[in-house]
Amino acid sequence: MRVYLTAVRLSLRRYLAYRSSAAAGAFTNTVFGCIRAFVLMALWKQKPEIGGWDLADAVTYAFLTQGLLAPMGVFMTSTELGPRIRTGDVAVDLYRPVDFQTWWLSLDLGRALGGGLLRTVPPVLFGALLFPVRLPSSPLRWTEFAVCCALGYLISFGLRYLASLAAFWTMDERGMSSILVALGMFCSGLIIPLSVVPGALGTVLLHTPWAGIMQMPINVLLGTQSGGVGYALAFGTFWAVLLLAAGRMLTDVARHKVVVQGG
Amino acid sequence: MADTTTEPDDRPLWGPTAYLLLVRIWMRAASQYRVSLLLTTVAQLFTTCLDLIAILVIYSHVRTIGGFTLPETLYLYGTTRLAFAVSDALASGVENLATMIRLGNFDLVLIRPVSSLAQVLADQFTPKRFGKLAAPVLTLGWAIDALPLHWTAAKAAVAIGTVVCGLVLYCALWVLTGCISFIAVDAQEVANSFTYGSENATEYPLSIFGRPLGLALTFVLPVAFVTWQPSLYVLGHPDPFGLPEFLRFASPAAAAVLSGLAALAWRACIRHYRSTGS
Repeated sequence: MRVYLTAVRLSLRRYLAYRSSAAAGAFTNTVFGCIRAFVLMALWKQKPEIGGWDLADAVTYAFLTQGLLAPMGVFMTSTELGPRIRTGDVAVDLYRPVDFQTWWLSLDLGRALGGGLLRTVPPVLFGALLFPVRLPSSPLRWTEFAVCCALGYLISFGLRYLASLAAFWTMDERGMSSILVALGMFCSGLIIPLSVVPGALGTVLLHTPWAGIMQMPINVLLGTQSGGVGYALAFGTFWAVLLLAAGRMLTDVARHKVVVQGG
Repeated sequence: MADTTTEPDDRPLWGPTAYLLLVRIWMRAASQYRVSLLLTTVAQLFTTCLDLIAILVIYSHVRTIGGFTLPETLYLYGTTRLAFAVSDALASGVENLATMIRLGNFDLVLIRPVSSLAQVLADQFTPKRFGKLAAPVLTLGWAIDALPLHWTAAKAAVAIGTVVCGLVLYCALWVLTGCISFIAVDAQEVANSFTYGSENATEYPLSIFGRPLGLALTFVLPVAFVTWQPSLYVLGHPDPFGLPEFLRFASPAAAAVLSGLAALAWRACIRHYRSTGS
């Protein structure tokens, strides 16, 4: 267990070393938060309530999604594992006396925590100062939000880990990963809140694993999750366990394949 | 790269010729990974559709946004995305500049007797970028068909000019934001705010951003001239900000000014470039 905690800590420290890079990222997140907020405000000014949200909810959503973008890795094509499989460096990783999946989870978690520390607060703070952002004050609500974010993070890692493993078979994970990013950008509700998508498409979107990455934690924070916190927790746990288990199985298959190939 | 050295004389290559040559080389490199290329092209195609879906979702709730109907907004989306997609294909090699500087590879660029700008713009050129063209072209076709426009020669000229000037404006913006990498090598993500940010902002009616920001996007960062100002003329829509009529036709001037600034900035950056080499 200690080796994984050390991996998390060192990966976090590496992320924190590039502070100006994170500042540039936070700046861009803030700009995009403003663009999304203006678009949603234009919509809500015409129709004051959509899917149980008022204008303040929508604006809060715009800035929160931009704040969560980096830690949740929505724009990340895969994990750092993908390129290592492509270049063959993964052979070294397979030698390490650690559990392969947990090792990569630890490294990615360090990155996510760093992103959360440096890139989540600035866009939300900026929005709160200049836009009608409304955040709850109840500590319980924030705790529930944090738990849902943790589950959302595990879903995101599970998806990206699977995409990385694909490189064992396709030799180049980039094509697969770019499709995953395009899907994830929309299905996670980054471009438009999933709760305003009408009809069957909206229903489908609310059930894909991406819904648990940002939309549901924010629903929980705003207190508008249909089915309550319990549903969000069950949904997040279900997808996280399923994806991580699939990743574990695929790791075993891949490991077998690498041995057969003889490196 | 072997056939690049078959030039019989050793005069330096003219910039645009060098650019086309480099583009051909990079395209050949990219087509070595066929499956990956196909998948990334599909991903690009899909990504440009996402904003289109978002616009359609918004208009499923309301009839107008910022005083503009769905076909009008789709006209803005189509012209913006078309201009941006072409500029992205031509000039987004600039995005690799930060990595080139950090690794010291930019020194190699400067040694070669070929325009440094041509080399940087063509860097890592890949045919996948053409995947971004499909959605805007189809959308624009639909919007023009659905709009009750009374075409005149002047309107048609302005409509074509919109895309051409928009593309030049975006290319200038790519080069200008590329200069950020010279000043702060790890602040490259700031460039995204200006390039992809203006792409995302100008596909909606500028009126949704309110007057102060709308004016800033006209006179400070002149992206209003990419599609908004000329499109007001083509759509026959009064300017919500009440700006003078002649600005509808000012896109070529804005494009010329911004291109000039970009050229000056690029030269200044090259002159003051200090290698990161150890």
